[in-house]
Amino acid sequence: MGSALGLGITMIWFSLLVLIPLVAVLIAAADLGLAGFWDVVSSPQTAAALRLTVVQALGVTLLNVVMGTALAWVLVRDHFWGKRLLDVVIDVPFALPTIVAGLVLLSLYGPNSPLGVNVANTRAAVFLALAFVTLPFVVRTVQPVLETLERDTEEAAASLGASRFTTFRRVILPSLTPAIAAGAALSFARGISEYGSLVLLSGNLPGRTEVASVRVLTYIENGSKEAAAAVAAILLLVALLVIVALDVLQRRLARRGD
Amino acid sequence: MATSYASDPAPVRWGLRIVTVGYVFLLVAWPTALVFKNALANGFGAMFETFSDPEIAHAISLTLTITVWAVAINLVFGLTISILLVRYDFPGKRALSAMLDVPLAVSPVVVGLALVLVYNGRDGWFGPSLEEAGFQIIFSTPGMIMATVFVALPLMIREVVPVLEEIGDDQEQAARSLGANAVQAFRRITLPGIKWAVVYGVVLSLARSLGEFGAVKIVSGNISGQSQTATLSVEETYQNFQQQASYSIAALLAFAAMACLVVVAILRPKEQQE
Repeated sequence: MGSALGLGITMIWFSLLVLIPLVAVLIAAADLGLAGFWDVVSSPQTAAALRLTVVQALGVTLLNVVMGTALAWVLVRDHFWGKRLLDVVIDVPFALPTIVAGLVLLSLYGPNSPLGVNVANTRAAVFLALAFVTLPFVVRTVQPVLETLERDTEEAAASLGASRFTTFRRVILPSLTPAIAAGAALSFARGISEYGSLVLLSGNLPGRTEVASVRVLTYIENGSKEAAAAVAAILLLVALLVIVALDVLQRRLARRGD
Repeated sequence: MATSYASDPAPVRWGLRIVTVGYVFLLVAWPTALVFKNALANGFGAMFETFSDPEIAHAISLTLTITVWAVAINLVFGLTISILLVRYDFPGKRALSAMLDVPLAVSPVVVGLALVLVYNGRDGWFGPSLEEAGFQIIFSTPGMIMATVFVALPLMIREVVPVLEEIGDDQEQAARSLGANAVQAFRRITLPGIKWAVVYGVVLSLARSLGEFGAVKIVSGNISGQSQTATLSVEETYQNFQQQASYSIAALLAFAAMACLVVVAILRPKEQQE
């Protein structure tokens, strides 16, 4: 009885907080009708924002696949002074408020850069901000898998004359692929939805450095909630797709672990 | 373990070390250190002076209020949902479990818009009737708390669920069969088992709640001295060329976030030893 009551209250709370509001976004977007929806997303400024968001998120995800896997490798297989510190620093982008992340990057790569590199208000700034906030995803999904990887097959491959590179490509990499894919999916989802870290850094120049989330906010500020909902619905659907993909991947990872 | 892994040839090992450490240093460590340096450029006194500005002091105290509420709500409901997911079967369980990850993947701006569409007092689904009954959600603290609860929702659940799954329910069942009621079994058996997971969940939710920006910006109205949180005042002060104020608040928030990280980093190994 107690559990039924708990379930009931929890479901009402979850519906009021999450489900109904998210459905409201989809319904507000659907209210525009197909033609209205298309008018919004194909308007030059919004289309440019969506294109920029997807391209930058894909680019950053690719970078994370390489750097994240390398970082996980170094954290698991290498031993050096300060490794534990490196391990903690990787989580800083998760913990830092996004607006602070923007300010953080601005202090090294902004107008007063001690390096003399100023990317503020350029597309490079968008890429930089996304690389910062998505850094931990691939590392944190690959690291645990690498830790539990059996050394036997690697040693067998090596004893049969495979080079280190061949062993990595043919033996290690296939076992890491589901974890890398899961990390890449998370990193892509975070990349297309990023807002806070870009506010101060990218300048939000229409058609140049304006991303999809900023478009949503501009529409809200101009009082057109339906147009905001159209762009938001696209972001929401991509997020849902990523979650479904992750669910499938996690099941595959769990099976491998058995 | 240390010796069995040291098989990469030295050039590869050093190459990877330099590239990865250099990457993290240039992307995270150095920029983060600079924020503290900029905040302290005019000394501790100048930094703390900004916090006594009435509008900034109000923003910080509003952030604290929202954080306390959001963490408390996520603690109660996070624990309840985790126990329901692990210990009970009900229709739609897998869908619920997947939906719980939505706040991690969706943009905070979408979260803000979603709440505005339902709870705004003018043309929202429930907003007008709630306002007639005397509850203002949007442009008011309850809406900001809701937005913060939404974005921090999965953190507690993701920590607690795996631990609950691992400890199983044998001991709880034994306690129940010896006459303990559900509350006693939870307090004496379940809670001690998931203690550390709950602590991490609280710390992670705390860090996330202190730092929420996009969703809160949309639901709050962002009025300085009234509905402006600490993160929102970082933006406003920076755009008003009040560099010292902006860097000071940012450093305070960054310090709080890193304190949370350090707490988790220190506590983690303890749990593994147990």
